[in-house]
Amino acid sequence: MADAAAITAGQVEHLAELARIAMTSDELEKTAEDLGRILSSVARVTEVATDDVPATSHPMPLTNVLREDVVGTPLTAEQALSGAPAAEDGKFLVPQILGED
Amino acid sequence: MKFTEAVATYDPALGIEVHVELGTATKMFDDAPNTFGGGANENTTPTSLGLPGSLPVVNGTAVEYAIRIGLALGCEIAESCRFARKNYFYPDLAKNFQTSQADEPIAFDGQIDIELEDGTIVPVEIERAHMEEDAGKNTHVGGAAGRIHGADHSLVDYNRAGVPLVEIVTRPITGVGERAPEVAAAYVRTLRDIFRAIGVSEARMEQGNVRADINVSLREGTDAPLGTRTETKNVNSFRSIDAAVRYEISRQADILAAGGEVLQETRHFHEADGSTSAGRVKSDADDYRYFPEPDLVPVAPSREWVEEIRANLPELPAARRRRLLGEWGISELEMRDIINAGLLDPVEATVAAGAGPDAARKWWMGEIARVAKQKEAEPAELVSPEHVAQLQGLIDEGKLNDKLARKVLAGVLDGRGAPAEVMEADGLQIVEDTGALEAAVDEAIAQNPDVVEKIKGGKMQAIGALMGPIMKATRGQADAGKARELILARING
Repeated sequence: MADAAAITAGQVEHLAELARIAMTSDELEKTAEDLGRILSSVARVTEVATDDVPATSHPMPLTNVLREDVVGTPLTAEQALSGAPAAEDGKFLVPQILGED
Repeated sequence: MKFTEAVATYDPALGIEVHVELGTATKMFDDAPNTFGGGANENTTPTSLGLPGSLPVVNGTAVEYAIRIGLALGCEIAESCRFARKNYFYPDLAKNFQTSQADEPIAFDGQIDIELEDGTIVPVEIERAHMEEDAGKNTHVGGAAGRIHGADHSLVDYNRAGVPLVEIVTRPITGVGERAPEVAAAYVRTLRDIFRAIGVSEARMEQGNVRADINVSLREGTDAPLGTRTETKNVNSFRSIDAAVRYEISRQADILAAGGEVLQETRHFHEADGSTSAGRVKSDADDYRYFPEPDLVPVAPSREWVEEIRANLPELPAARRRRLLGEWGISELEMRDIINAGLLDPVEATVAAGAGPDAARKWWMGEIARVAKQKEAEPAELVSPEHVAQLQGLIDEGKLNDKLARKVLAGVLDGRGAPAEVMEADGLQIVEDTGALEAAVDEAIAQNPDVVEKIKGGKMQAIGALMGPIMKATRGQADAGKARELILARING
């Protein structure tokens, strides 16, 4: 699994693009190294996980945690916007959105 | 290339994704109200806003509605399914991901029959129906006409963020040729009718409760592999769906005929001229990095629950049509006319209120539809099925004839009360005072000796010539049958 844990600068660049984060080539190299180290640490789990242990997304054996369809108390618009860096007309103001027509 | 030429040259394939907003009281993962309209950002909780520390909890009613949809579409219901994060960076969802389902939809492998206007049945296979949440609404400020292009900044209203959605995806629909535009529109209409019938959504297209993304591709022949598709996003009326498919088939045929290649991309539909224009090219940018949502445990609907939902599913529109066709003894063409006029509900309710099916159909499809058109109103808003049944009842009792009934109906449609009230108020009831009728008959006989001679000579159809003056003298309120009896009694007596 050591190979699977190796992360290239190219993969980090792709992730950075998906996450809309601008990174210098130095940062890409360093992040690739860091992520690779983290992944290989985690990959040690595979050493104890045998074939009869299925991939697990949820460690607790719980299902069907459902809520009744009853309206609670929503935030007021003022409360909702209270943490926003900028607002206009009762709406969140966000910078120009790029990348799509 | 003209559409007819395009479909003669290439075989079109369709793939349709329909999103339906569920009519629950609250959102998918939090208890903020799920309502349309209202002030901006008034229907949010920390979860809708993706604030740190907030946690989602699944709305049980939304799961039940999703199962209802799956069952109504003939799908299998998953024994267990998970939610997944669909990661993307766009401010319509504050979390930077949409909570959706990836490879474990709650419903899969279904099929429904859709009926075209001429009665042709087309089976459509359903690949999957999965649960997810709607996104907020962006308003772009500073650019031309609210487009992103050239905008200085955008404003976001999160009222819609987290509203429960079910997305239904078809398998490729092939072999429908020139009928592809009609099939696409009829499919979405069929779904809309099902959503309403099973009570999971008001399914109002104009409010965006139902939104369709239409994939179209062309190939050389029915044996060839499917061609490259385009996806026209958010086409929100049946007419637009028809137009978008038509336009894409012609446009792609032009490209292929010139030896070119269709680009896999999303396209925008333009209501004004029925055209589409290029949007985003499908590329690496469509890398959503789905992974299981750690904050939500799997949904595992018990088989008992699924069967209970199935047992309580109301009659579906196609089954209802078949049943009524048998009960009413009308032709398929007549049934389609009623359905296309959107009058199946009121006609059925009128029959339930005691009128015969023929009479119920005649009133709604005839006089009521005509007046509604004049008034630019919906027929069902002008008069109740009970009143229509009462009107027919007055005819059946012999208190009104057709002509008088139309006058009474006019009063009812003007909001003047029940048929019996309008009849009383306007004195429209058929004259039962035999004295007045006899006088009118005597007068008509005296004034028309030539007609009387013809009747005596055996020409019974000449009686009609006496009916005009009799009806005129009684202001249309004479019972034609009684008048006829009297005429014959007088002449032959």
